[in-house]
Amino acid sequence: MSEPDRTAPLFWLLFAGGGTASAMLLPVMVLVTGVAVPTGWVTEEELLSLLRNPITRIVLVGLVFLFLFHWAHRFRYALVDLGLRRLGSQAWLFYGAALAGTALAGLTALRL
Amino acid sequence: MTRELSRPLPRSWWLRHAPYFQFMIRELTSLVVLTYAGLMIWGLWASGDGGSFPSFHDFLSSPLNVWLHMAMLVLALYHTGTWIALTPKVLVLWRDDERIEPDVIAGANAVLFLAVTGLVLWLVLG
Amino acid sequence: MPEQTVFEVFRYLPDSETEPRFDSYEVEYHDNWVVLDALNHVKEHQDPTLSYRWSCRMGVCGSCGMMVNGEPKLTCETFVRDYDTETIKIEPLTHFPVVRDLVINMDDFIEKLPTVSPWLIREEEKDLAEGEYLQTPAEVAHYKRFSMCINCMLCYSACPVYGLDSTFTGPAALALANRYNLDSRDQGKEERAAVVTAHEGIWECTYVGECTQVCPKDVDPAGAIQMLKLSYALDWARSFVMPRSRR
Repeated sequence: MSEPDRTAPLFWLLFAGGGTASAMLLPVMVLVTGVAVPTGWVTEEELLSLLRNPITRIVLVGLVFLFLFHWAHRFRYALVDLGLRRLGSQAWLFYGAALAGTALAGLTALRL
Repeated sequence: MTRELSRPLPRSWWLRHAPYFQFMIRELTSLVVLTYAGLMIWGLWASGDGGSFPSFHDFLSSPLNVWLHMAMLVLALYHTGTWIALTPKVLVLWRDDERIEPDVIAGANAVLFLAVTGLVLWLVLG
Repeated sequence: MPEQTVFEVFRYLPDSETEPRFDSYEVEYHDNWVVLDALNHVKEHQDPTLSYRWSCRMGVCGSCGMMVNGEPKLTCETFVRDYDTETIKIEPLTHFPVVRDLVINMDDFIEKLPTVSPWLIREEEKDLAEGEYLQTPAEVAHYKRFSMCINCMLCYSACPVYGLDSTFTGPAALALANRYNLDSRDQGKEERAAVVTAHEGIWECTYVGECTQVCPKDVDPAGAIQMLKLSYALDWARSFVMPRSRR
């Protein structure tokens, strides 16, 4: 008999949140770190001061959380679609990595 | 009862049909999202106490990084484009007996994307 | 256009042969023929042993689904003139076991349909004397699209998730669940959750979207599944804030 998957909604919502955040923000962020910084449009001092701003740090930790949970969900299903069902089924591996990455980001952000 | 024939799907299924290939590329853009999260963590560490900011900044200014970012930009925009195109399928809104046109929902999301991009550029560069 | 088309048709005759093969049939070109016309012509004039399903020949019964040049199609709606090639390849619908020639075993699909409880579920039935359940045109519009499915199974052939795992409930069955969830007369969304929100239900779908592309009736099963994901995910979230909340 079938029964509801009780954790799927959580990971799907996180995937959707991360997907929306990355869809809206990733291109402009890539423009900043891939064009504005190398060309000097944003100087080394400006970048450092931006990254050391507590609000920036909180936002970045939030984005790391969303980005990693988006990756974890989408990538493990991609592995299943690529024929690697057993690997993709190890949900704990992918969501665990996302959680660990978020914790790392959080701890690192506190070093001010 | 005679033997039925089973025809298992080959692992290369996604290489054999353009829409399937585009789907797989879309899914693999999640690796770009992962990579950028890694870069954000590095940036947080490098800019924090005890971190080595010059080496982070040197890497960002390097040709390798620029090429990496060009590739990431293309894939990130593919993710953005496909994501915006799919939002009307998830967000189905009605006004009385007429469904709000999917293009309106996608269009609103596209405008939001442009607004967010502009806002971030203004915040960082302004 | 060539004057003849060669149809390369998949043959599987398990009573006498262990391996499948392809037979070639030359058929005169007719501007207004569909693939089904060509198959019927072959069966009538060239090879009576060829087996395949068909019925209405007008795109409403869902019987004649086959792979035409690798794409799932209703052969009664697939015009020969749209293939500017000398050869057209006909195979049974993929992702289903082959019984014989172009005939597939559809038991898995048929068994899945009732599991989503595709009927109006009421907490309380209205007394017959009170008359029908009324519905405005707006209320009909909410689910109408998802009610147009003719059970042709082209979507199951297009779906690689189903191809990789036949325990996946699949596009048509889930679109049907959505049709009932969206029906204003229905109160069965929670009851359908056991099947629809099982892992093999909506969550296994990775939104490839090809089901919607091949659907001959514009049902949009991919859209239905995404609506179900959002709908049940929001219910799940709400259940923490407001336990046992009603629709």
